[in-house]
Parts: sequence; C-alpha cells; structure tokens
Amino acid sequence: MESKEIVQEVELEKKHHKFLEQNTDFEMRSLDSVCFNESELKHPWWYNLKYAAVGLLFGIVFVKAEIISWFRIQEMFRLQSFHMYGVIGSAVVVGLISVLIIKKFKIKTIYGEPIEFVDKKFNKGQIYGGLLFGLGWAITGACPGPLFAQIGSGATAVIVTLLSAIAGTWVYGKIRERLPH
Amino acid sequence: MSFIEFIKQPWPWYVAGPLIGLIVPTLLLIGNKTFGISSSLRHICAACIPANIPFFKYDWKKEAWNLFFVAGIAVGGFLAFWLLQNPEPMQVNPKLAAELSQYGIDDYSKLVPIQLFNWESLFSVKGLLLMVGGGFLVGFGTRYAGGCTSGHAIMGLSNLQVPSLVATISFMVGGFIMANLLLPFLLNL
Repeated sequence: MESKEIVQEVELEKKHHKFLEQNTDFEMRSLDSVCFNESELKHPWWYNLKYAAVGLLFGIVFVKAEIISWFRIQEMFRLQSFHMYGVIGSAVVVGLISVLIIKKFKIKTIYGEPIEFVDKKFNKGQIYGGLLFGLGWAITGACPGPLFAQIGSGATAVIVTLLSAIAGTWVYGKIRERLPH
Repeated sequence: MSFIEFIKQPWPWYVAGPLIGLIVPTLLLIGNKTFGISSSLRHICAACIPANIPFFKYDWKKEAWNLFFVAGIAVGGFLAFWLLQNPEPMQVNPKLAAELSQYGIDDYSKLVPIQLFNWESLFSVKGLLLMVGGGFLVGFGTRYAGGCTSGHAIMGLSNLQVPSLVATISFMVGGFIMANLLLPFLLNL
C-alpha cells in the first residue's frame, strides 16, 4: 500500500518536471519567472475566486497600514520613517520562513501538487528596469499593487496612472528586443 | 474602545508586514502561485492589446488568477476605505510636512495627496508628469525588471534569489534619486 503511494508520488513529480521543462514558450523562466504558471491543473474559473479573496484581505492591509500612502513612500525614500522598512522587512522574514518550511517538509498544495520554485536568472533589466521603476515609485507613491488599492479607496484619478502603467508595460513589450538585458 | 474603533486605527508595521509575508505561502498552498502583482499589467496587455507582439502572445487565461487577485486588492481597498477608514488625518514626519508645505501640499485627509492626484490636475504639466509619467515608469520599469516590490522584494527575497536582491536595491536607488533630487523640481512646476 505504502509503496504504491510512493510510486504515485514519483509519477506526479516526474509529470510536473516534464511540464516545467516544456513550458518554455512563455519566456518566463529566464526573464520573468514571476508570472510563470506553475500549476498544471485545470479548474473552472470560479476556483480563481479564492485568489480574489486573498487579494481582498491584502487590499485591506494595504489601506489600513497606509502602505498605499504617497506620504509614507516619501518618508521611506527620505529616511524619515521606519514604517515601510518594517513592513517590507517583516514580510520578507515571514515569507522566508514559510518558504523554508515548505521546502523542508515538501509541503504540497491543497490539490496535492508538489510546490516547486524556479530560480531567477540575472539580467541587466533588473538594474535598468529596477531604477526606472524606483523613479516611478517615488513619483506615484505606489507600486503596482497599491495602484489598484488607491483606486479602490476612492482616488479615482489614479485610474489614469494605472492606464499609463499598462501603456508602459505595453511599450516595454514592443521595444523589448532592442533593450539591453 | 470598541473592536471596530480599534481596527480603524492605522495598523503598525509589525502587524501588516507579517500578514503580507503570509501571502507568499498562502498563494503557494492554494494553487502553486508565486506572489507577484506587476504581471497583471502584462496580462491586461495580452488580453486587450496584444498587437501581435511576441511578449504578449501567450495564453493569458491561464494567468487569470492574477487578475482575480488584483481585482480583490481593489475591492479590499474599497472596503477598508469605506468601512474601516481612520477619521483622523494622516500623521507624517514634521520634516516631510515642512518640505511639502513649500509646494502647497497641506491636505492629509486622504492617503494620496489629493492636491496632486486629481482629475483637474491632468490638465497641468505637473499633473501629467506625475500621473502619466510616473505611471508609465512604474509599468515599463517593473516589466523590464521582471517584477515589482511583491515579485522581487518579497517573493524573490523570500526564496533567496540574488537577481531579486539586485532588483530591490535598484528600486530603492531609483526611489531615493527621485524623491530627493528630482521630485522637488517636479513639485515646483
């Protein structure tokens, strides 16, 4: 009985590896593994509602901890407040411990899939793009997540900022081949 | 003090930070998803205006979870603002308040300075640069860097990725340059 389970597990792992190897059309593995879809399971659309629920809680934290505040971001970049450093720092510590636990105990998803991590490769975009994003972050007081929450919290004009961010992403996609990476 | 009054106060970093950190394992456990928000902008491009650009030619529907996630963030922002809003104006560092008053910014009633970010200011050079220019840099820069604060600084660093550390340092350097050297010029326009 037990050996049968192990065989099943190994099969699942192999299948998953094969999936990861084949999914290269996305170009995400090297440049942009962030939005690489690790799950091979197909679910009806309403399964996605659980991500909306997580996002909802996240949005509430964003507003209540004033993370979406332009003023808090200005304080951060002027070293006038510890708040944002505390938020990001403690988030990383909790994330780090969680990832370690998941790796150590080989914890699976609620659907029984193994959780795998794809390493990010270095490219110059992380420096050039990072600097450009940093400039924009200090102007708008928002990274992409807070943009959505700022709009939700009544700063409707930020819709323009979001549309411009979508345009920026589009232009990047358009001229990507000509940029140093 | 009632419970509602209690949670209406601004939450300290040691409550918010760990809650955000917990999003990392939550997304992994409920569906093998890596935390990242800026990709949603790419999926919107792929869904609405792919224009035959290879970078946007992929099955964005497979990434629909990310769009549900950001829609949830907007609704969460809405709920927190309308139900749990702190009635007091924001408390900021007096040094920042003194600096901003030079540019005529003195309204701390909202989390975003409504004197800068409003529909009317779109018709001024300053407003255009801040809202349209700033947004463009956020969208272009995050995709060029392959992630934003969530994807690189939180998810990437949680997984000990050196490229994410490089990206995070670059974000901070860009932010320091803008806030301290360039933004004073922009706000004076």
